[in-house]
Amino acid sequence: MAKGMFVDTSICTGCKACQVACKEWNGLPGEPSHFHKVPNRPYPVAFNFTGNSYDNTGQLSATDWRHVRFIEQFNENRTEGRWFFSSDSCKHCTDAGCLNACPVKAIVRTDMGNVFVQQDVCIGCKYCIPSCPYGVINFSEKTGTVHKCTLCNDRIHNGLGTACAKACPTGSISFGEVSELKKKADARLSQLKGLGFTKANIYGYDEAGGLNVFYLFMDNPTVYGQPLNPIVPQRRLFKSAAITVVTAIAVAVAALISFRERGMKKETEK
Amino acid sequence: MIMGSNMAECHPVAFRWPLKAKTEHGAVLMHVDPRYTRTSAMCDIHAPIRAGTDILFLGAIINHVINSKRWNTDPFFKEYVVNYTNAAMLVNPDYQDTEDHDGLFSGMSKDGKSYSYDTWAYQRGPKPAPAVAEAKTFTDLLLQHVPGRPKTDPTLKNPHTVFQIVKKHYRRYTPEMVEKVCGCSKETFLKVAETLLNNSGRDKTSNITYAVGWTQHTVGVQIIRLAGVLQALLGNIGRPGGGILALRGHATIQGSTDIATLYHSLPGYINMPDARKNHETLKDFILTEAGPVATSYWGNYPKFAVSYFKAQWGDAATKENDYGYDYHPKITDDHSHLPMFVHMMEGQIRGFFVMGQNPAIGGQNARFQRKALAKLDWMVVRDFYETETSVFWKNSPEITSGELKTADIKTEVFFLPAAMVAEMEGSFTNTQRLLQQHEKAADPPGDCRSDIWFTYHLGRRLKKLYANSPNDHDWPIQNLLWEYDPEPSEVANFRIKDEPSAYKVLKEINGYTWADKKPLPTFAVLKEDGSTVSGAWIYTGVIPAEGVNKARSRQGDEWISPNWGFAWPANRHIMYNRASADLQGKPWSEKKKLVFWDPSKEVKTPDGKVSHGSWVSPAGEGIDFLPTKAPNFRGKDNGIGFDWLSGNDPYIMKSDGKAWLFAPAGTVDGPLPAHYEPYESPTPNLVYKQQSNPLAKTWFVEGNPYHKVADPKYPIVISTYRVTEHHLSGTMSRWLPWLAELMPELFCELSPELAAEKGIKNAEYMTIETARGEIQARALVTRRMRPFTINGKVIHEIGIPWHWGWQARAEGDVVNNLSVLVADPNVTIHEGKVFTGNVRAGKRGGAL
Repeated sequence: MAKGMFVDTSICTGCKACQVACKEWNGLPGEPSHFHKVPNRPYPVAFNFTGNSYDNTGQLSATDWRHVRFIEQFNENRTEGRWFFSSDSCKHCTDAGCLNACPVKAIVRTDMGNVFVQQDVCIGCKYCIPSCPYGVINFSEKTGTVHKCTLCNDRIHNGLGTACAKACPTGSISFGEVSELKKKADARLSQLKGLGFTKANIYGYDEAGGLNVFYLFMDNPTVYGQPLNPIVPQRRLFKSAAITVVTAIAVAVAALISFRERGMKKETEK
Repeated sequence: MIMGSNMAECHPVAFRWPLKAKTEHGAVLMHVDPRYTRTSAMCDIHAPIRAGTDILFLGAIINHVINSKRWNTDPFFKEYVVNYTNAAMLVNPDYQDTEDHDGLFSGMSKDGKSYSYDTWAYQRGPKPAPAVAEAKTFTDLLLQHVPGRPKTDPTLKNPHTVFQIVKKHYRRYTPEMVEKVCGCSKETFLKVAETLLNNSGRDKTSNITYAVGWTQHTVGVQIIRLAGVLQALLGNIGRPGGGILALRGHATIQGSTDIATLYHSLPGYINMPDARKNHETLKDFILTEAGPVATSYWGNYPKFAVSYFKAQWGDAATKENDYGYDYHPKITDDHSHLPMFVHMMEGQIRGFFVMGQNPAIGGQNARFQRKALAKLDWMVVRDFYETETSVFWKNSPEITSGELKTADIKTEVFFLPAAMVAEMEGSFTNTQRLLQQHEKAADPPGDCRSDIWFTYHLGRRLKKLYANSPNDHDWPIQNLLWEYDPEPSEVANFRIKDEPSAYKVLKEINGYTWADKKPLPTFAVLKEDGSTVSGAWIYTGVIPAEGVNKARSRQGDEWISPNWGFAWPANRHIMYNRASADLQGKPWSEKKKLVFWDPSKEVKTPDGKVSHGSWVSPAGEGIDFLPTKAPNFRGKDNGIGFDWLSGNDPYIMKSDGKAWLFAPAGTVDGPLPAHYEPYESPTPNLVYKQQSNPLAKTWFVEGNPYHKVADPKYPIVISTYRVTEHHLSGTMSRWLPWLAELMPELFCELSPELAAEKGIKNAEYMTIETARGEIQARALVTRRMRPFTINGKVIHEIGIPWHWGWQARAEGDVVNNLSVLVADPNVTIHEGKVFTGNVRAGKRGGAL
C-alpha cells in the first residue's frame, strides 16, 4: 500500500509554507550558503536574493528538501500572462535511481513505498547523486552523507501525513494512498479539461516506473522544469552492457586480425 | 472580486476558501489590482488599474449596473433596492452634488475644511408626539427625541430620491473614463462589471473582498463605502455568499478594534467621551451619541454604555455619580497614530508604551517617527525580539549618519521581553468576527510574560501606588474593577503562578449580573440601571453560563458552522441576514435560503406571550433581527430601537433600517464617494476640478514635505505592501532563518520598460527617492508590473514590500523613510498605498 503525494499546481499559491514546514519538522537549518557575516552583526544575515521571480532558494539541497518554483510568462503587451508555482521535492520513484545505485543499501524503500536514506548506513560515496534524474538527492559536507525528503518517514509510520501537506493552506499538496490520490488527480484533470485547459496533464503516472509523488501541471512538464522522459541510469544497463560486449568482440576481432596480419608479415619476412 | 487586497499572499490561509469556491463550486475569481500578484495568478480575470483610482472603477460598475437591461428588468433588484436600501428616501432639495459643484458637495465651510450636513439630510414627516411625557431614564430621554419618518418615493422617479442622486452622480463614470483615468482597458472593465452583474440576483450572490489596499488612501473610507453601495444595489448583502469581506491585517486585529485599542472608540463601538463635543454629563453623552441613531438597535445605547461603565468601576459606579462617567478619560483631539507622532515631535508626549508594534520602520515617514521617539522622556517596548524601535537610540540610520547622537537622546528605553502566542491563553477574533479560544501550551522562557500578565500587574501596581491618594482625580484608578486573579486550577500546570485569568477577563467582556455575578446569555438583557456589567456588549453570549466558553467550541459542518467558535453579535455570521428573505419573509430562492419567516411557528416572547410566527434558520445561523417581528409589521413612529423598525427593515443598526446608498450622516467628506486623486498624484484629476480629497488630513511640519501634483521631480507612483514570506515589520519573521532565506533582502518591483528607461538591471541595486528620504533596494524587473497610459501619457508604477529594517537576519532599508504623513479625514489612516517618487540605478549616496 504505497503512500505518496499529489501536487495540484493549479491551486498552489506559491506561499512556501511547505518549504518551512519541511524544515521545521525535519529539523533542517537555513541553507548555510544563503547567509554571510556582516560587520557589527553577531548573527549571520541572508544575502541570497536572486532576482528570479520570488524564488530565492533556487534548488533542492541537503537542507532544502522542498523547493517552490516560480515561472513568470508574460508577453510584451501583457495581453497574455501567467505565473505558475510548483512545489517540488523527491518523487519517491517506483524505479528509484538513487536506491539502485547505493552500494551499501543505505537507501531503502519502506513498507509504505517511500525511499529513505539511512543516515547511519550511508558512506557518502555520492553514487546516488548522478543516479537521480531529478537532482533531488544532495551531499552534506557537515554530515558526510546524502539527504533528501523522506516522505516524513517518522510521521507516516505514526499515522500522520507529511508536514508539507499538513501545512499547505489550499490543499495543493495532498498526502495519502497513491491509488486514492490518482482518483483525485484524474477527477481534477477532467474538470480542468472540461473548463478548456487542454494542456493540463498529470506528470508521474509512467515516469521512472511511476512516481509516488506526482503532479498536475497546466502545461508541458518542461515549463515547470521537469524532464519529459526522466532516465534512471540503471535502466540503460542492458543497452550499455550490450554495447560493451559488442565493442569487446569488435576489439577482439580487430586484435586477432591484427595479430594474424603481423604473423603473416613475419612469415613473409621469413 | 478581490480588490484592494492581495489575499493569496497576505491571507494565505483564508485564501483556501475562494479556491474551494472556484474548484468545487465553479466560482469565478477576479482580481482588480495595479500589480499582477500571486492572487492575480489564481484568478480567472486580472484587471490592472492605476493605484488610487478604485472609486472611479467601482463607480463605473455602478453606472453600468443601474443602466443595464438585466438590472432594470429582473424584479429581484427592484424589490431589494426599493425596500432594503435608502434608494427611495427623499433628500433635502438644497442638496448639491459634485456634478453641480466642481467636485465638491453642498455644505462646504468657508475655510474649505469641513462640511455641514444639513443639505445631505432626509426630508422627514412631522415629529411624532413623544411616547413619554417625562424623562425618568436615559431611554425615556431618547424617546423624547424621535424624529419624523423619512419621506420616500418608492417609484424612485423623484429627482430628490437617493436613487436619482446616485444615478446622476455616477453618470460620467463610464468605461471610457475608466480607460482614461484608471488605465484599464474598456474590455477588461466590462468583463468585470458583467461578471458581477450576472452572478448577482435571486439565485446567485457575489462577494467583494478587500484589505488595506482600500483603506490606506486619503479616500479609504469612501472606497469601502462605495463597495457597500454596489453590493446593496446588486442585492448582495445579508445573503449567503454575498457581502463585503474586510480582511484584517493580522491575528485578532478585529478583536483589538472590538475591544478597542482605538483612541476614539470604547469597547463595542461606543464612542469615546470627547471634550470637544457636548459630552459634559452622561445624559449629554447619550443624547449626543445615541440620539441620532436611537431609531436603530442603537436605541439600546444607554444599556450598553452604563454596563460598560459598571464594568470599569463596579460598586463605585452609581446612579448618583453618573456611573463614574465624569472620571472617564475624554479625548481632546485626534490622538491616532500619525497626529500622535506629530504631537510627540512637538514635545507634547512624555511617555510611550509600544506593544506589538514597530513604528521605527512600520510608521509612515519613519524618519520623522524615529526622530519623534528621541523627544520622549521614556519608552517601554514589549516584544520578543529587539525591534528597530527599541534600539532607535543606538543604531538607527539617523545615528549612523550622525543626524542624531546617542548621547543627546534623553529617551529612557525599557525593553521587556514578551511571550509568544502559544505561551498564553486567550481568544482571537478574526476577519469574520469569529472568536476562537487558544490554549497556553507552555510557559514562556525566563522573564518573558504575556501581554495580559503585563497589563494586569501594571494595573495592580498602579492601584497600590494610588491607594492612599487624597486626590479626587485618582478615583478611577482607586476604584478600577481589577479582579482577575487566577484560580489555582488555571495555573496548576505552569511555572508562572501569577498569570491572570483570561476566563475572568472574557467573562467581564461578556457581561454578568452585578448582584449575583451570573454570566449573561444575550445583550438583549442588559440594563441601564447599573444592575448589569458588560465590557463590550457585542461579545455578550460568548460565555452564556458560568464555565461555558463558546469560543472553545469546535464542531464544524460543511457550511456556516454555528458550533465552531462564536461569531459576534449573538453568533450571527452573516450580518443583516433578514435580507436573505424577500419582503414577505420567503427565501429569495431555494439555493440562497438562510433566514426566513415561518408563520406556523409559535414561540414565547420574553414577556410571556405567545407569538404566532417566527424567523427561523435551519442552518443554525444567528438571526440578525427580532425573531418575532413579522415581515409586514409596521414600526411605531414614536418608538426607538426595534419598536421603530418595521418588518422590512433588515439593516437594524441604521437609523432607518435600510442599507445606505447615500449617507445623510456619518462620513465627513461627502454623502457619496467621488473620484479624487491621491494626495500625491502624477496626474491632475480628470473627473472634477477638485484635485484630491478636500478634507484629507495633512501635517505641514518640518520633516514632512509633500510633492506637488504631477511633480516633475517625482513622476513615479509608489505602492508599499507585504509579501507572504514576512509579517509586517518583520519582527516575527526576519529573525527566523527559514523565513529570512525565502525573502532575504529588500527589493523593488518594476517593469522592464521603466528599468530600461532608467538603466536599472534585474537583481542589481537601485535607489528610490522622495522628498522625505532615499533608500536602496534590489531591483526585481518583471512584466507583472506594467506602465499605465493615463490620458495618453505613460505613468510608471513601482511596488516595494516594506518588511525590512536594520535588525535581524534579513536586512534592508526602511521603506517608510519614503512615505508621508497624510490621511483620510474620517479615520486618519495614512496613504501608504499610493504616493510619488523617483528611481535611479545604483546604491543610494548618503547614509539614508
